[in-house]
Amino acid sequence: MFALVDCNSFYASCERVFRPDLKDKPVVVLSNNDGCVVALSKEAKKLGIKMCDPWYQIESSYTKKGGYAFSSNYELYADISARIMTTLERLSPNIEIYSIDEAFLDLTGVNNCQNLQDFGMQCKETIKQWTGMPVRVGIAPTKTLSKIASYGAKYYPATQGVVDLSKPERQKKLLNLVPVQEVWGVGRKIHKRLNQIGIRTALDLAMIDTKYVRNNFNIVLAKTVRELRGEPCIGLEDQPSAKKQIVVSRTFSKRVDDLRTLEEAVSDYAARAAAKLRRENRRCLYVSVFIRTNPFRTQDRQYRNSGTTRLIAPTSDTRDIIQNAKKSLRAIYRSGFNYIKAGILLSDFYDDQIQQYDFFYPKERTLHSDQLMNTIDKINKKGLPPVYFLAQGIKRKWSMKREIQSPRYTTSWNDLPKVS
Amino acid sequence: MISEDQKRRVNLPLFNDKIAVGWPSPADDYVERSIDLNEYLIKNSAATYFLRAAGDSMINVGIHNDAILIVDRSIEPTDGKIVIASVDGSYTCKRLQLYPEPRLVAENIKYPPIKIDKKEDFEIIGVVLAAINQF
Repeated sequence: MFALVDCNSFYASCERVFRPDLKDKPVVVLSNNDGCVVALSKEAKKLGIKMCDPWYQIESSYTKKGGYAFSSNYELYADISARIMTTLERLSPNIEIYSIDEAFLDLTGVNNCQNLQDFGMQCKETIKQWTGMPVRVGIAPTKTLSKIASYGAKYYPATQGVVDLSKPERQKKLLNLVPVQEVWGVGRKIHKRLNQIGIRTALDLAMIDTKYVRNNFNIVLAKTVRELRGEPCIGLEDQPSAKKQIVVSRTFSKRVDDLRTLEEAVSDYAARAAAKLRRENRRCLYVSVFIRTNPFRTQDRQYRNSGTTRLIAPTSDTRDIIQNAKKSLRAIYRSGFNYIKAGILLSDFYDDQIQQYDFFYPKERTLHSDQLMNTIDKINKKGLPPVYFLAQGIKRKWSMKREIQSPRYTTSWNDLPKVS
Repeated sequence: MISEDQKRRVNLPLFNDKIAVGWPSPADDYVERSIDLNEYLIKNSAATYFLRAAGDSMINVGIHNDAILIVDRSIEPTDGKIVIASVDGSYTCKRLQLYPEPRLVAENIKYPPIKIDKKEDFEIIGVVLAAINQF
């Protein structure tokens, strides 16, 4: 038996945790550069706001109606997500963190000692009390059905946010109400083809012959069909495997055409990526950089390219990574284009405890480098003004606009919520 | 910079017995671990939040302006606990009194108690376990 615990409009709900005045108020969260709506509360939905609405189009009418908007505050969202996952681990030892706001729980054994509906309620209430976040819980014999249960908990308020689909009659009843495109694993292409053969609901899909599905679609969809019938095919994923690459990329706040500014941005991303690499206790051997223009500005000439350099030896030293990122960038940069986005990718990772020394990369250099980076990371962790490399720029005119970001309530001493 | 950092870090070894003089390092066996302030102050990290006190309404229990409050949301708010409550859309720190009538009481006579039995927009967020004042 599985449970899916899923947060209700996660980003928007996070913005409310330390703002009790926003309870029952419309809240939207904007994408990087405050471009468009990426999350919205149900009150905002009632005002007619939709996902992906461009902010500049809705800003004045939305705020006039009393709506609140926030730039994305990933520090806050990540912290609240971690708290939810820790809380879930206390309630059920076997969990799979599926995304920032969703986790699967393996309930094997739980049904022997507790009513599953009660367990779901307990999950929901504990998370609400400990973290202030509203969640819904879907319980079912397979992961795909637990997604269906969660859908039911979302759209039918009478469920109070908890749906237990352990009984086949209830599965059938709900499957009949769920449109087929809402089924986990059914993408847009498959949805279209299913509609062509008259499959409209999840129940329709559960009833097709699996052999037919295997021959006419694919083996993955056949698994989905079996899962919808209550036959577990997909287990809980174990520990997430160690990262194989690290990407840091951002859209600029305005178009950039000169190499100097691009170098500054790429160096900044390189420094962030290097810090991430050190947090994972890894060193990397390859540094790639990509740049591109804005494909939506059809009046502009378009260009995109990427370049990679191989380091002498695996490193996690910000200086090496910046230097090589700049080298890659210079190799691919062409003047006369309006660039809108750049990014850096680190790959081919090695454990930082294992180091092969090189004639050109002596041991002393590595030891010194590790000490220096360690010190920088320590200072930057303390929430003091950060230490950064001059290459990262000082004014950073290209950097993302996040003009209406909420404070980092839980991750910065300077931003703690005030209480009188 | 490294030495600065090391100077600032305080690792306090915790001994649970007196050291006998004259024997070769008999204390080694008794050094258990360093004292960790987090461990002392935080019982449930997933449910613990830091808030900053503003004002002097709780001055009599030693919560000064700018103190850091350690708030645990997983502890049941019972009579007499110092709590964080959300009242009319903002957070307040007061002592919870349930008898003879439920109200939030300041620890400073300048502030009148807040009756909470008829309040609609009221919720107890968590229990204050400790306050850190810095001098």
